[in-house]
Amino acid sequence: MEKIIKGKAFVLGNNIDTDQIIPAEHLVYSLTDREESKKYGHFALSGVPIFQAGLPEGGKHFIEGENFLSDYNIIIGGSNFGCGSSREHAPFALQVAGVKAVIAESYARIFYRNCVDGGFLLPYESTTKLNDQIRTGDELELDVQANTIKNLSTGKTYSLRSLGDILPIIEAGDIFKYARQAGMIA
Amino acid sequence: MAMTITEKILSKSSGRKRVEPGENIWLNVDVLMTHDVCGPPTIGIWKREFGSDAKIWDKDKLVIFPDHYIFTKNPQANRNVEILRQFASEYKVDNYYDVGTERYKGVCHIALAEEGYNIPGTVLFGTDSHTCTSGAFGMFSTGVGNTDAAFILGTGKIWEKVPESLKFTFEGELPPYITAKDLILQVLGDITTDGGTYGALEFDGEGVFSLPVDERMTLTNMAIEAGAMNGIIAADSVIEAYVKERADKSFEIFKSDPDAQYKAKYRYDVSKMEPHLAKPHSPDNLDLVRNVHGTNLTKCYIGSCTGGKLSDFRSAAKIIFGSKVKVPTFIVPASTSVARQLEEETISGVSLKQIFEDAGCEVAKSSCAACLGGPSDTVGRAKDGEVVISTTNRNFPGRMGSKKSSVYLASPLTVAASALTGVITDPRDFM
Ligand code: SF4
Repeated sequence: MEKIIKGKAFVLGNNIDTDQIIPAEHLVYSLTDREESKKYGHFALSGVPIFQAGLPEGGKHFIEGENFLSDYNIIIGGSNFGCGSSREHAPFALQVAGVKAVIAESYARIFYRNCVDGGFLLPYESTTKLNDQIRTGDELELDVQANTIKNLSTGKTYSLRSLGDILPIIEAGDIFKYARQAGMIA
Repeated sequence: MAMTITEKILSKSSGRKRVEPGENIWLNVDVLMTHDVCGPPTIGIWKREFGSDAKIWDKDKLVIFPDHYIFTKNPQANRNVEILRQFASEYKVDNYYDVGTERYKGVCHIALAEEGYNIPGTVLFGTDSHTCTSGAFGMFSTGVGNTDAAFILGTGKIWEKVPESLKFTFEGELPPYITAKDLILQVLGDITTDGGTYGALEFDGEGVFSLPVDERMTLTNMAIEAGAMNGIIAADSVIEAYVKERADKSFEIFKSDPDAQYKAKYRYDVSKMEPHLAKPHSPDNLDLVRNVHGTNLTKCYIGSCTGGKLSDFRSAAKIIFGSKVKVPTFIVPASTSVARQLEEETISGVSLKQIFEDAGCEVAKSSCAACLGGPSDTVGRAKDGEVVISTTNRNFPGRMGSKKSSVYLASPLTVAASALTGVITDPRDFM
């Protein structure tokens, strides 16, 4: 696991549901075929109404043109991030687009589990509301050991909740690696 | 120490005497359900992790229903169904209900009930967030992603955090213009879309136990819209009879202890309730139907695991009988068995299906259809600028198709009344 994650922020509002993260019509592509699975990156966050995409101004495209990688790799969300369907395609799509971590006030259970058990990205909970403190495009530095996020564009540092009892799974990589290390599966 | 029904079932499944909310425990899974959207990636992960000689932990406990994207020309969607078909034949999965055959069932959560997989006291996981629907049978059921499902497929086990329970007691007698959908929309309005996160929503009271089985499933179905892990209703004689007709299994019935601990308790007098709806773009955006009366609509939709069951169509048919709809109206039975009952059940000698067709509705084949938008050729899909009223469960931007559409969620009575006028209408106007 990387100890320091640096990247540009993409800021979103509350209740970003999985249809906004990856609209249902795109769930048909293969997740294992490397080329085809890039489409998930290309369509990541394409369901967010444009005026709410890339706050505070909005109107920002998470993915430009024909790309599948985003310029932004840390998502700052509000409350109840990832609500809606159980689709694991959602954290997968963000991962394909290059997202390393999401920092939100709270998460929907299935999305949170999927991030952790599938080893797609880090789902951090913030201790205060951050989506009105950080602007899309701000340069961030996430310290995974100190559980802090520093906004290099403003110099401010915010503390995050520790990943708690799911940390062993995150450190192992995913639930299978964790279970192997624990001797649960061969 | 006193326990809730959810805690009792999880204790049993984890082989413990008792469990406490917040604890992470390992559960033994009784049934794993998957479908065409999440089944293929689940199988892919399972093969990747367990190798070419991967074994299903117990193939009789695996159930697969193609139901989401099945009546489409989309090649990738059809490829997904083909992956399921080959998997089922290679691994001899008997509980595979292939589309295009007599065995085809329709929407998974309803088919699970109809085919006798919902058994009180058991633990069911599914690769679909509305797996919580099965909780209407006094069992623990919840949705997981593909990785967790692949883990279950290989081991029969999964970790889960024991949820805190919230209790919702519905007292009084339901007026004829109120359905389970109105009750659950009221709950969502009160606790919001994250009010149940990592929690168990437990429903009881006379207003719940007077409901038929499929209406109870509407309550547990939308527990996920509050972010809950599961929704649950203790099994009673109605559930016992339903299960015994469909499953040849003995089962244990659990009930919450009277002094069990709850995070919160809510009480409602259903006799005083009025028809509700959720306005765009969130299921907790509650209002009374009469407050938005007259809003112009472009489409009405009655279907899905939430609002496409026999009781839903009975309610709608009573209102629509003998009239014509003013806007395109889609009738999508959740399962093939519901579709059959629409042909068999009659009002004054006319089948429910005929009532809808005579009124000018489009009666579609059983599947998830436009509940989740789907490929561009999906029946009933919302287009740019549309204003839809629907019996489905989610109205986040783009859920039913275009993100430039607006969706109101309401009871089958309210949707039927609105279909007759073309504007949002209180069903009491037609009762
Ligand atoms: S009907 Fe809708 S909510 Fe139910 S399983 Fe299908 S897509 Fe999901």
